Amino acid sequence: MHRRDVLAHLTAVAVIPLAGLVRAQEVPAGGAQEGATGDRVAAPELYDPFRVGRPRDRVTDYENDPFIVGLESRLRCTCGCNLDVYTCRTTDFTCGTSPAMHRQVVEMVESGKTAQEVLDAFVAQHGEMVLMAPKKEGFNLLAYFLPGTAVVGVGALLVWALAKRRGRVAAATVAGDTLSSEDRATLEAELSNLEL
Amino acid sequence: MTTLGQLGLWLALLIGAWGTFVGFYGGYTGRPELIASARRATYALCGVLVVASIGLLVALLKHDFNVAYVANYTSRDLPTVYVLSAFYGGQSGSLLFWAVVLSLFGALAQWLTSRKYDHLLPHVAGVTCAVTLFFVIVTLFAANPFERLPFTPADGSGLNPQLQNPGMVIHPPMLYLGFISITIPFAFGVAALLSRRLDTGWLHAIRKWTIVSWLFLAIGITLGMWWAYVELGWGGYWAWDPVENASFLPWLTMTAFLHSVMIQEKRGMLKKWNMVLITLSFLLSIFGTFITRSGIISSVHSFAQSAVGYYFLGFLIFIILAMAVLLWLRLPMLESDAHLESMVSREASFLFNNLILVGIAFSVLWGTMFPVISEIVRGTQVTVGPPFFNQVNIPLGLLLLALTGIGPLIAWRKASVKNLRRQFAVPVVSGGIAAAILTALGMGNFYAITTVSLAVFVVGTILQEFVRGVGARHRLHGEGYLQAFARLVGRNRRRYGGYVVHLGIVIYFLAFTGQAFRVDLEASLNPGETAEMQSPWGHTYAFTHIGVSQYDELNRLVSAASVEVARDGERMGIMKSEKRQHFICSAPIRPCPRQLRKPSFEPSTEAGIRSDLREDIYIVFAGVVEGTEEAVYRFTLNPMVWWVWFGGFVLVVGGVVTLWPGTTIRTVGEGDTQGGYAAQLLESKSA
Repeated sequence: MHRRDVLAHLTAVAVIPLAGLVRAQEVPAGGAQEGATGDRVAAPELYDPFRVGRPRDRVTDYENDPFIVGLESRLRCTCGCNLDVYTCRTTDFTCGTSPAMHRQVVEMVESGKTAQEVLDAFVAQHGEMVLMAPKKEGFNLLAYFLPGTAVVGVGALLVWALAKRRGRVAAATVAGDTLSSEDRATLEAELSNLEL
Repeated sequence: MTTLGQLGLWLALLIGAWGTFVGFYGGYTGRPELIASARRATYALCGVLVVASIGLLVALLKHDFNVAYVANYTSRDLPTVYVLSAFYGGQSGSLLFWAVVLSLFGALAQWLTSRKYDHLLPHVAGVTCAVTLFFVIVTLFAANPFERLPFTPADGSGLNPQLQNPGMVIHPPMLYLGFISITIPFAFGVAALLSRRLDTGWLHAIRKWTIVSWLFLAIGITLGMWWAYVELGWGGYWAWDPVENASFLPWLTMTAFLHSVMIQEKRGMLKKWNMVLITLSFLLSIFGTFITRSGIISSVHSFAQSAVGYYFLGFLIFIILAMAVLLWLRLPMLESDAHLESMVSREASFLFNNLILVGIAFSVLWGTMFPVISEIVRGTQVTVGPPFFNQVNIPLGLLLLALTGIGPLIAWRKASVKNLRRQFAVPVVSGGIAAAILTALGMGNFYAITTVSLAVFVVGTILQEFVRGVGARHRLHGEGYLQAFARLVGRNRRRYGGYVVHLGIVIYFLAFTGQAFRVDLEASLNPGETAEMQSPWGHTYAFTHIGVSQYDELNRLVSAASVEVARDGERMGIMKSEKRQHFICSAPIRPCPRQLRKPSFEPSTEAGIRSDLREDIYIVFAGVVEGTEEAVYRFTLNPMVWWVWFGGFVLVVGGVVTLWPGTTIRTVGEGDTQGGYAAQLLESKSA
């Protein structure tokens, strides 16, 4: 294989994934092109339905609606599973709470409530704990801003302390620097070799 | 055998107390007979705890259901491998596991450590015996695995189905090994403080232990992600759950420690900081167990909770106070031998790397504990879930990714403009080009673009290092490229192994980006019906429901839903997702008659997963409609997941390279302040 062929293959390997990721932007959040096709006939009875756990409802358009899925991702299921409503109802099939909360969300959206109104209604019913992240207000601001502020603050403090120390070191060096240009060249050569 | 196990625990209590006393007192007085006794105590402690562990293992394997632990976590039909993993599957067993492994590490530390560090070993024995003693006390008085029931049940309750997964056989021990082995570097740190030998000796003694701890934690976390992905069924691998966070915290601080010790070794700086970091790592390893076992914060991983949390809280407070006093007493001896000379230097970049790593650790800890803090301060419970952690940590993570590329290439002491241009021109341009291409192609996700371009930058710096190193050897020694590569890595294992680890981290970051493009679809399908969805890569997938079959396995009743999968009209094969109803038998009859089967847990779900390099197909059988074969599914297309596991593999390879015996590292001598001729020249000229 010629070098050009190798390069062409490498380029393809690098570009195809990137192009694919770019196409990903066109996919709507929460669900892609979906739909069930085929002739609908009555499904046969199961030998032992008990083994399959809680009976399920047929899936409607609401289950895949990006707006509803987005809302449910911001609400915590109150069954104690620690998951958001969407994840719980599509993962923990023993939970009866998340399907009920899902129905509540659907009803509120159907009645014309906005996203914020739905969230507020759940907060009024269950308290602030029902939100997957604390509201950005009051004491909660500390949760959001303390880590970043601490990192920036400590970083700034470090830079300031260093600048101050460097000022002192520079003053001392001006008075006592006896390094000749020859020695400095040797030093720089040695330093550059130190890591090889 | 359980009597022998119980006896082993009581002997461990006595030997642990003796080892703690003679370790510290022998180290303080320097009396050889006490020092020898402390060493022997660590071996004896290990021996009796091994006996105790054998006692529990025999009880588990013999199905001695009169032992409460055996009855609670196993059943007759549980496969043997899970019977063995039940040893650490429950609370009291995991505490015994911790104690025995720590005693083993303590003994190994005494046995394997070079005689050069004999002055540290008595104190090391004192610390390892003391920590083991703590776990023995908790095991004996708060969570005893040998406790007997007043009756003997016909069968045990069985192991939680979520724990009946190959990942759970190896994930917890790996994570435990990581947590537990942190005690050894911590013990050497304490020994250095107590013995006032605060040169770089203790760092040399723990170098391999530190990497081993870090590596076990990394493997444990990655295996945990894999287990969560294949077993929990939500289609993700990281949910910022408190227990996941607890495992992540010591990994972050250990990563910071691994970097900052280099500064102390090379320049004699950051002595106090390194002591703080190793103490913090140890505390966080205990904190992880506290979170898991106390139930202070609810978690999907909290399989067992009890009052042992109070023991851990007391122990944490004791360690914090003791270390604060010890550090305060030794502060004058922990002064740096040199000072940072420039903000544009490797020391400074490592310092900022430490700042970011500890910053992320703080934000994770802060977020994890905020519900408790909010309840104390405001009396209001709040939830701090993935949206919070992603918002706070992604920017910090990207900064860390950038520093991963910057740190290793920047010169020590002070980088010149020439040095910066030489090292960074190509990687920066490569990263910039990647960003420009993605933007030009219309990608709108800022974080995805930033991650990919930073990843390209970091990979550029790593490749450049290898290319230059190999080229230099080729020119200087006339070696072939392959030979030059092998010798370059072989002679600088820590450095080039570190680059491979960085490559693993980059792969992780790229893989995590894939989660931004995940798509899900729920559908209820009759046999023969098809649901279609489009993947982020532009493929159209068709899922045709075949039917639901039901059959019996060893300890469960299975309902398996089968789906035929086609991509862009081309048949790929059949995938299966299961519902499992585990049962126990009311009588010791095998095979268990149908009427004697009792469900042991709620039905669990096994996802069907098909991986390739671009995306995973993840199918979850949610249940059936009206008792028929009309099945409800969740289909998920998950980009780049395979790369998470591959990133873990690369990271482990890098870790093993750095650990490989025979590495020679040029560092400052013990008690020296600067490294190499050049630095000494500067010292003598400045003096």
